[in-house]
Amino acid sequence: MTEQDGYNLRLYVAGQTPKSIAAIANLKKICDQHLPGRYEIEIIDLMKDPALAMRHQIVAIPTLIRQLPEPMKRIIGDLSNTERVLVGLDIQPN
Amino acid sequence: MAGKVRAKPGDLPSIGKSPTGIGGLDEITQGGLPQGRPTLLCGSAGCGKTLFGMTFLYNGAVEYNEPGVFLAFEERPDDLIKNVGSLNYDIEKLIAEKKLAIDHVELERSKIAESGEYDLEGLFIRLGFAIDSIGAKRVVVDTIETLFGGLENEQLLRSELRRLFEWLKEKGVTAVITGERGEGTLTRYGLEEYVADCVILLDNRVHDQLSTRRLRIVKYRGSAHGTNEYPFIIDEQGITVMPITSSGLHHGASNERLPSGIPDLDRMLEGKGYYKGSSILVSGMAGSGKSTVAAHFADATCAAGHRCIYFAMEESPPQIVRNMRSVGIDLQKWVDKKLLRFSARRPSLFGLETHLASMYRDVTEFDPIAVVIDPMSALLGAGVTGDVHAMVLRLVDFLKSRGVTALVTNLGVSGENVTTEIEISSLMDVWLLLYNRESNGEHNRQLYLLKSRGMAHSNQVREFIMSSDGIKLREAYVGPEGVLTGSARRAQEAKEEAAVLIRHQDIERRSRELERRRRETAAQIEILQAQLANEEAEVALLNHEGNAREDQLAADRVTMGAGRQSGARPDKPANKSKMRLDSK
Repeated sequence: MTEQDGYNLRLYVAGQTPKSIAAIANLKKICDQHLPGRYEIEIIDLMKDPALAMRHQIVAIPTLIRQLPEPMKRIIGDLSNTERVLVGLDIQPN
Repeated sequence: MAGKVRAKPGDLPSIGKSPTGIGGLDEITQGGLPQGRPTLLCGSAGCGKTLFGMTFLYNGAVEYNEPGVFLAFEERPDDLIKNVGSLNYDIEKLIAEKKLAIDHVELERSKIAESGEYDLEGLFIRLGFAIDSIGAKRVVVDTIETLFGGLENEQLLRSELRRLFEWLKEKGVTAVITGERGEGTLTRYGLEEYVADCVILLDNRVHDQLSTRRLRIVKYRGSAHGTNEYPFIIDEQGITVMPITSSGLHHGASNERLPSGIPDLDRMLEGKGYYKGSSILVSGMAGSGKSTVAAHFADATCAAGHRCIYFAMEESPPQIVRNMRSVGIDLQKWVDKKLLRFSARRPSLFGLETHLASMYRDVTEFDPIAVVIDPMSALLGAGVTGDVHAMVLRLVDFLKSRGVTALVTNLGVSGENVTTEIEISSLMDVWLLLYNRESNGEHNRQLYLLKSRGMAHSNQVREFIMSSDGIKLREAYVGPEGVLTGSARRAQEAKEEAAVLIRHQDIERRSRELERRRRETAAQIEILQAQLANEEAEVALLNHEGNAREDQLAADRVTMGAGRQSGARPDKPANKSKMRLDSK
């Protein structure tokens, strides 16, 4: 895994809501399928660290942010629409 | 319980009010916005929604010890702070003191992809965190409708907004939600459906190129409120709403008097001057001395140690000060003593309502005992006649309710005509008419006290003379030739003086004549008395001579008898008595 093609993803959730759980599951599934071995997921629970919501400009929950590669991309929703996630993250489907 | 029909005020639960600290608004709403509930503030762009919200938070933090959160969707914190910096709101200091928090929400549709279901829990968490971190009691959300542009799912947004407002209520914060005015609706996205407790509408209308800001309480659940449109202004001192209406006629009537500054005029007003709290109209043509009468009043008010505001509509304050020096009035010293405040504004600067609101602000702030508006007619340029009438009515009501004496000058186009253009005379307690009449090739000023409610006043037309010692009123000459003023009066007076002189001289002459004759008579009496004395003396002499002659004759007869020897003896030698006669 190199810096260029490595994906650094952050998923913001708020507690263990159905949407949050679905989003985590959907994200893992998509990454495993399309970015095997090239991704890193950080899950941030805003219920535990509410100050981050303001700092990172989070409005909707769940929010997925592609930290790397640049530029930063945002996807909101439970990520159930795989096609949109792929487009949003700029991933060429396998 | 029996017999108790109605609960006393305070017994029943009623909604609390959260004061805005905005002059006038708290009066209209009878205390402020509904406490712990959201209020919708709507209006088109540039109405002052953001400033309104910021003022609400600033006043809350500074005056009522209620910290606040500003959730901004449109402006960045830096811009917000700068924008209200012109009002001397030190937002940065409040942020440092943890009395205010600004959270800017960035949403750009192009940068966000949507995939599946979501909610706005992130926004709730942010807002909740901001509220909890400073213990906020007030929240402003400006403008949440931006969300509709940033997110696709309108259905979801609507349900989330409903949840947000419910959540704000649960939090117990007094919230102001701003919304852009829509076509035929209060807000573009129908926010009024969700925020139903209190709705305030801001408006900015342009009439004849002059814009006037107006505010209206559309609804206020659980509270009485003023329903009219109220003008408001935004200037360097923030927002001021003009709460007065033209409905009130409850003002008290004072028996106190305020001198007019012109002793001769005071004499026409029972010798005391105007009633305190009355309104005085001074109307006349150009150059008839309206401003001078006004300046005398201002001068006298300040000289008595009271405060006075001079609303100058046509002249600048330095010009007024200079001009009034020529009639012996020094207004500058009162300005220096902070008893007199000039408030100069061009009538065309803004609309009538704005004038009204700014006058209201000045009066509530400076708290004067008297105001001068010079001239009211200049405001005609700022609105249509009916509006001017309504505005003056409201202003007079407002001033009367505060017990402020108002002297209003009005430029009458035709000085002789008693109908003033804006028909404000019926509102006025005292009406002074100033004429500038032409006769015999010169203009002379005249003053007539047309009415003065509640006092016996002179009905005489006086000649009005401006001198370096101020205004003097002279009794106009009334004679067979009518009322004479100016040179004609002076000529008539000279004529009368001459006649008096001649009469005096005549009397003097006659009394001299009398004296002369008296002396003459006395002299004659003396002469006659002398003649009488002469005659008396003559008579006495004759009498004496006669006696002597008889004695002599007797003696002679004796002598002759002796000489004839008749036997008679002579007693005395006869020559001796003869000698005595000769010596005489």
